[in-house]
Amino acid sequence: MRRDSPLGRDGRARLGAALLAGVVLVAVLAPLLTTGDPAAQHDVVATRLLTPFTTDRFGAFHLLGTDRLGRDVWTRLAYGARVSLAVGTLAVVLSLTIGVSVGAAAALLRGWLSTALLALTDFALAVPRVVLLLLLAALWAPSVMLVVLVLGATGWMTVARLVYAESRSLSARPFAESALALGAGRARLLVRHLLPNLLTPLVVAAALGVGNAILLEAGLSFLGLGVQPPAPSWGNMIAAGRDALMDAPWIAGAPGVALVLVVVGCTLLGDALQDRLSPP
Amino acid sequence: MLRPLLLRAAAGLAVVWGVVTLVFLLLHVAPGDPAALLVGSAATPAQILEQRRALGLDRPLPAQYAAWLGRFARGDWGTSIASGRPVRAVLGRAWPATARLVLLSLLLSYALGIGLGVVQASTGGTRLDTALSTVSVTLFALPGYWLGLMLVMLFTYKLRLLPAFGAAGLDAEFLPAGARALDALRHLALPVATLAIIGLGGVARFVRGAMLDLRGSLFLVTAEAKGLTPGRVLVHHALRNALIPVLTLLGLSLPAVFSGAVFVETIFAWPGVGRVLVEAVQARDYPVVLAAAAVSAALVVAGNLLAELLTGWADPRLRTSHAA
Repeated sequence: MRRDSPLGRDGRARLGAALLAGVVLVAVLAPLLTTGDPAAQHDVVATRLLTPFTTDRFGAFHLLGTDRLGRDVWTRLAYGARVSLAVGTLAVVLSLTIGVSVGAAAALLRGWLSTALLALTDFALAVPRVVLLLLLAALWAPSVMLVVLVLGATGWMTVARLVYAESRSLSARPFAESALALGAGRARLLVRHLLPNLLTPLVVAAALGVGNAILLEAGLSFLGLGVQPPAPSWGNMIAAGRDALMDAPWIAGAPGVALVLVVVGCTLLGDALQDRLSPP
Repeated sequence: MLRPLLLRAAAGLAVVWGVVTLVFLLLHVAPGDPAALLVGSAATPAQILEQRRALGLDRPLPAQYAAWLGRFARGDWGTSIASGRPVRAVLGRAWPATARLVLLSLLLSYALGIGLGVVQASTGGTRLDTALSTVSVTLFALPGYWLGLMLVMLFTYKLRLLPAFGAAGLDAEFLPAGARALDALRHLALPVATLAIIGLGGVARFVRGAMLDLRGSLFLVTAEAKGLTPGRVLVHHALRNALIPVLTLLGLSLPAVFSGAVFVETIFAWPGVGRVLVEAVQARDYPVVLAAAAVSAALVVAGNLLAELLTGWADPRLRTSHAA
């Protein structure tokens, strides 16, 4: 791929953006695209475990069939997208904030404070993330907010490393040195000169981070430690479909496919951006 | 050669100590009382108090920490609050199962992933490369627990080929040695396949990138100019150099692989550390949670050390001064 070609020409970027745009659209327009309440149940016996593309006795059409309790899988999927996207985005915003603060502080402050921050980052990187996630999610009452906090608090280390390394190398460049020579303070150097140059790598990290956070949120909800039923989340939908794998594979199948599409979208977009950043 | 290694090991021990300290603090800050959980909802306050005293939970936090750390370091990990069994026995049985699962799946995912990455790099930019890239990105995006369920649906329920739960059949103890080994392998198949498939995509992506980065390097031009076949240049010169960042990736990806194992063990009822941890966390079984966190951190640290040794083997330049 050529370095100067616009991002729109990159097939990966277009596919990734299209996938994400589709999911965002479904999430935003969920009330219009579905039959309404994701927890709605009619006559459970008459409407449960209907196969995809069937119309039930009450005249409601079920694009992706119904689950064990007769709830429409497509409706739950669309509302679950709201949860996944919101949790993924908020968690990444939080981890970017922490990561940029820690990384920039370690780069601009010298001495023991910088060493301590770097040691903290290395330590946090070596901790198996899921062990911490499980602990935090299990010890406090599960809620969407807690999932965001936990994912944000355990995902900042790579960002901090990135910001630290880039800031150090940028600080040595002539434009940064001349800014300092002109009397700019360290805060001004960071905000006006370093952060704008860090934007692209941070966007790449964010794109990959959102995909990862969405996967982990679904994982926590799958274990019953994230979004609590009856609120729909892709993770708890997969968990609920687990008992019906034989009779109704669409219940666990649909949210899994949705997860893969979102994460593929994030990864493709991140890859395309990354290649523009560091052309081969 | 030895000194940097010892320094590394010391840093690794510090990480394990940090993890258990963090977990200890979190457990005690969190709401919820293990004593109340243990005696049940019908207990009187006096009974709960008695239980707290029996578990040592009524002492000040620093005293509890010091006493616990001392015992922990000596290898006395206490007894499980939920089952009453010694924690060491619980984890002593669990960790080999996890190590087996993680090692086998890492081996498979790196062997297949490196192969896939090399094919992609040698066909760089063609339709085949694009198709394989799509495959590897999709594999990379698969949630392990979901893939596990789909494999169970296909191989256990539909085809009735492979068992989906546990590490051995109910009758395993009564089988002759050969049949018992086969039974163990059949139980390993689905969990290992799940972890290997999700790991494979990431490795292939990375290898492809690392090999494409080497394109046009002078040593590759020289090798070609010497008249070596393209295959030999690819494997002996390009791949060998591309393997160095891949080995670094191996070390860095261990926490993620272990995280994947937690979910996969839960799906397949695999008797490993991940499943012990999930169950202990849900039952608020403090001693088991602490020890399981320590063991998982230790496995990750040990794996990192191993990856570093491998990097030194692959790149002689790193063997001396830079190893520290």
